[in-house]
Amino acid sequence: MTVRRIPTTPLGSRGGGALRRRLAVGCLVLLSLVLITLSFRSGSDGPLTGVQSAGSTVLRPFAVGFERVAQPFRDAYGWADSLLEARSEAERLRVENRELRQRTIQSEFALQENVYLRDLLDYLDSSRFPDDFDSIPAEVIGRPASVFTQAIVVAAGSKNGVRINDPVVTADGLVGLVTRVTRGTASIQLLTDQDAAVSAVDLRTGASGIVRHARGTRETLVLDRVRKQDVIKFGDDVVTAGGRTGGLSSLYPRGIPIGDVTSVGQTDTDLFQQVQVDPYVDFGSLDAVLVLVPSERPR
Amino acid sequence: MSLGVSLRGSALLFAAAMLQAVIVSSLVFGGGAPDLLLVVVISLGLLRGSVPGAVFGFAGGIVVDLLTLETLGITSLVLTLAGFWAGRYAETTGRGRRLAPIVAVGALTVLAAVFAFVLHYLLGEEVVARHALVTVLVPTLVANLVLAIPVYALVHATVHQGDGFEPSREVEVVV
Repeated sequence: MTVRRIPTTPLGSRGGGALRRRLAVGCLVLLSLVLITLSFRSGSDGPLTGVQSAGSTVLRPFAVGFERVAQPFRDAYGWADSLLEARSEAERLRVENRELRQRTIQSEFALQENVYLRDLLDYLDSSRFPDDFDSIPAEVIGRPASVFTQAIVVAAGSKNGVRINDPVVTADGLVGLVTRVTRGTASIQLLTDQDAAVSAVDLRTGASGIVRHARGTRETLVLDRVRKQDVIKFGDDVVTAGGRTGGLSSLYPRGIPIGDVTSVGQTDTDLFQQVQVDPYVDFGSLDAVLVLVPSERPR
Repeated sequence: MSLGVSLRGSALLFAAAMLQAVIVSSLVFGGGAPDLLLVVVISLGLLRGSVPGAVFGFAGGIVVDLLTLETLGITSLVLTLAGFWAGRYAETTGRGRRLAPIVAVGALTVLAAVFAFVLHYLLGEEVVARHALVTVLVPTLVANLVLAIPVYALVHATVHQGDGFEPSREVEVVV
């Protein structure tokens, strides 16, 4: 003979306890749906923007604190990770260094010639990177929380002079674009976001196209809409095109490095080439970025 | 649930949400990253029941959505349901089972990914199903299963209070 405890009513599927339980979870689900609807439909200037901005400002010190505490561990992880391929990486960099030294000498000659010819012609130019931009350094305090979002949050906002559509870079190259700004934080859409698109050129040939995220991958980009007659080669550098098209100027200044070409392909049926680009920026380990603001903008 | 347990649970949840947004989501291996917050919410649901699980899930989701400046409510909705179902599992068939954390984390990681994918699809966002539900989900599932037991033990040590659920005053004699 054994004695068994009868489960209490609140845990059952029927009765008053079950009703209260369903009511509670129903309210939370309904509240979530209302928040989604309001947040999604109103965009960046709706009723929830103020709430989100205030919440983000309150959470910012905690995020910065957690980021500071985590930094040594992240560095240790990165150090251990890079140690595995340090030898082959060093050899590759030595070869690259030799090539770059030769290119620098050639570029210096071309630059002097360019300055001289511009002076002769009184040439008027659009804003250039990096000369015509100030950079606002910002710490990354939020990373993509899921596969569905490719955005980071930085600890600089409108009080620092950051505005929507400001381009964001690191020393390696282009990171993305500011899409939301609160007083103390800003959300940056990464180049790996499905909605991101940047007009770009192949630096060697001048062939133009649009850099987008390659669907179904994590960090690979494609240079889309490149004509078949343009001869793109493996290793070519791809940079932002900047400029103005049809009365609309590009959000990105000309000449920001994006990545290098890793493969080129084409089929008879496609109108354009399929160019795959490996970004210079490692989007998975961004610790700090530079938000570019035009020098002439009052701050 | 006592005030002390609620506060300890909230503190743990807040720390998990911050860690998830600031650090854990960048620890990518094999294409996916662990979802520490989901595992914590499931553990809270398993230990404290369905309604506290849902409330903790909702609160954790709000913190992440506020911090990442994403569409408010999406993470909350997914985690509310995850916390609720983890609680219901613990209150019914999973009660007293030693492998309940593993089973709950495994099943709810998959269900949460599918539900989040459907939600984002309904909102018109472009997400490749193969990438979200295979390339990313498999390593995330493995990572979450690895985290399940230690995180459950940590949550247990933090918020456990006797039986966890209100004990019954009645017994029946089984011959």
